[in-house]
Amino acid sequence: MENGIDMYDTFLIKYGEIGLKGKNRNIFEDALAARIRGVLKGLEGEFEVTKERGRIYVRCAGSWGYDEVISSLTRIFGIVGICPVVVYETGDFEKLKSDMLDYVRKEHPGSHETFKVKVRRVNKAFPMTSMQLDAALGEAILNEFPDMHVDVHHPDIMFDVEIRGQVSIYSKVIPGPGGMPVGTNGKAMLLLSGGIDSPVAGWMVAKRGVTLDATYFHAPPYTSERAKQKVIDLAKIVSRYTGPIRLHIVNFTDIQLYIYDQCPHEELTIIMRRYMMKIAEQFALEDGDLGLVTGESIGQVASQTMQSLLCTNDVCTLPVYRPLIGFDKNDIVEISKKIDTYDTSILPYEDCCTIFVAKHPVTKPNLKIIERSETHLKEKIDDLVKTAIETTETIMVK
Amino acid sequence: MREIYFDNSSTTRPSEAVVEVMEKTLREDYGNPSSLHQKGVEAEHYIREARSVIAGILKADESEIIFTSGGTEANNLAVIGGALAGRRSGKRIVTTEMEHPAVAEPAAFLERLGFEIVRVPVDREGNLDLEFLGNAVTEDTLVVSTMFVNNEIGSVVPVEQAAKLVHEKNPKTLYHVDAIQAFGKYRMIPRDMGIDALSVSGHKLHGPKGTGFLYLNKHTHVLPVLYGGGQQGGMRSGTENVPGIAGLAVAAREAYTDFDAKIEQLYLLKEHLISGLTEMGGCVIHGQPGRTGAPHIVNAAFPGVGAEVLLHTLEDQGIYVSAGSACSTHKRSASPTLSAIHAPKEETTSSVRFSFCPENTMEEIDFTLDVLRKYLPMLRRYRAH
Repeated sequence: MENGIDMYDTFLIKYGEIGLKGKNRNIFEDALAARIRGVLKGLEGEFEVTKERGRIYVRCAGSWGYDEVISSLTRIFGIVGICPVVVYETGDFEKLKSDMLDYVRKEHPGSHETFKVKVRRVNKAFPMTSMQLDAALGEAILNEFPDMHVDVHHPDIMFDVEIRGQVSIYSKVIPGPGGMPVGTNGKAMLLLSGGIDSPVAGWMVAKRGVTLDATYFHAPPYTSERAKQKVIDLAKIVSRYTGPIRLHIVNFTDIQLYIYDQCPHEELTIIMRRYMMKIAEQFALEDGDLGLVTGESIGQVASQTMQSLLCTNDVCTLPVYRPLIGFDKNDIVEISKKIDTYDTSILPYEDCCTIFVAKHPVTKPNLKIIERSETHLKEKIDDLVKTAIETTETIMVK
Repeated sequence: MREIYFDNSSTTRPSEAVVEVMEKTLREDYGNPSSLHQKGVEAEHYIREARSVIAGILKADESEIIFTSGGTEANNLAVIGGALAGRRSGKRIVTTEMEHPAVAEPAAFLERLGFEIVRVPVDREGNLDLEFLGNAVTEDTLVVSTMFVNNEIGSVVPVEQAAKLVHEKNPKTLYHVDAIQAFGKYRMIPRDMGIDALSVSGHKLHGPKGTGFLYLNKHTHVLPVLYGGGQQGGMRSGTENVPGIAGLAVAAREAYTDFDAKIEQLYLLKEHLISGLTEMGGCVIHGQPGRTGAPHIVNAAFPGVGAEVLLHTLEDQGIYVSAGSACSTHKRSASPTLSAIHAPKEETTSSVRFSFCPENTMEEIDFTLDVLRKYLPMLRRYRAH
């Protein structure tokens, strides 16, 4: 294999914020380790995930694949960096020195960069102090590789050397997504459509440690079976980051047509969205979610002006989280490409928010007027909402 | 729920006899036709038999049939292979504005390679501009490729007349006919009609998917597009799809058994649907009138109703139709044929295609008309505006 990748079978997992959380630290670490175990269980190979002195190690055995393991780990929230570690047997200083040089030769061939050596001597039986070892190994590298230079303040390469039962050396950090392990910050209900924004919004909230449930509204025959499959596919992609997602699929057709019949056409979208929020909140309460999540961003479309947001927000008692609220479309697209939802989001299937959209929907709805329009719905709407909830299909997406 | 399948131009249900022969070749006679032993000989027997059946239908030589993986490959072989074979003596390829992507895209590919592509227009009914076609054929024209029956609106190209026009202008030009929607619906003898190459697909005639053939006149020079083990005289390398070819031959034979009665049945279905739709009003029928058009295709626009919404509404009642060409469902742009006939937007967005097979019944048409009568008013009422 190129560049000595076959030397690794151990990864040191670096985590940032969760290290700071005082008493909660253990809970977060356990959640992260559990999530790593859960993700690796789906891969080929055998994996051992251990917590040791404020660090998480992943040891791989069997027929595991480097790329597959790395790409899975880089999707786990809470991980700041993944360090591929090379492990050597312990011996005397001469052996340590030759292992160190062997490591530099294989991992940084022909390097002209600056470096620093940082030794952690956990095994105090080793007959030199950490500081002495820093200097001695640094010197050995300088002698062997004259093009490399020491910079103790801003080194290009930091050689971390740990001496325990064995000697571990690492110098590379593959960035992880950051954030906090899913499951450490409660649950929320995502309003998931087939668009670009809502999967990104879900991803962002999950990144803060929140477990996701989701609700999707479809309107057969106006939206097709393929549009529904597309949403399930999107949930599946998001679940690679968040773990399994409980997805509620609500048949919204009758409610939509009833609003169409009873209310002014330019208010259709806003009233529709109010009912979507109401129904999603119902499921949120049933599922034990602590808030709703939407992909709204101010002014992106008529139903996302400040006035519209006020009107849709008004029907909810739970807080509504809108992680994209200040994002431009370009920024959202960029994230959706990064998390791999973009190509699925742009598949051209009708979604139920757009099928009956008016040419000139209200952009500055007045809550009083909207509420007055909704009085025209009072005859049947409660029954329709009840039926929609009762006939909802719920699936686990993973 | 009962199933009414009116999407036979997308694909058909394989007939019992087709499934039977395929099962036998999969389970028992699974040899490689190139093998020297008995297993190979048995497998080769199916290929020979299939070749003979198809050559018999087309009154062609057995050596003129090249089995392919389907209509798309047959079209590619004729258009690209024909262009490459003649590349030193010309660079013009003539095709039409209403071709299926399986011809239009190979042509576009050749255009990117530097060939010159001329696309002959059609009128509102899908009639090919034959005068334009005649004028388009020049001394350096290598290939002319037209459909026989249009896949979306069923309009028919007078291929014999077209062949005559082409060859009067340039006897060396290869005239290829995409007969994927026509084989089994029209009798055709390529040699007598002046057709040099002709593409057929198995799954449009109750045969298996992944099968088809190109008839290629033995005096016509075409370069292969697939290279390998040299099967089928080097024209199409790759171990022959024995089950598929056996199934294709059975389907072809069945298509021309009781032929006239089947075609009559198809026209009766078509006429019954059209008269019902006309009576209902509010819809536009595309294609050629009367029996000029193909017997099995009705393309109707229902302005004010989204084609996909109508499709799913019918689906809810067990009726399967298509909107746009099924091979390209994931593209939302207006279909090639409806653009070519300059159908207005309100028609391109609201057109569905009903396509029949002889097993369909008048009663199925009546049921469909009832469903349309029942649901169209609702669909028209709820719409974006």
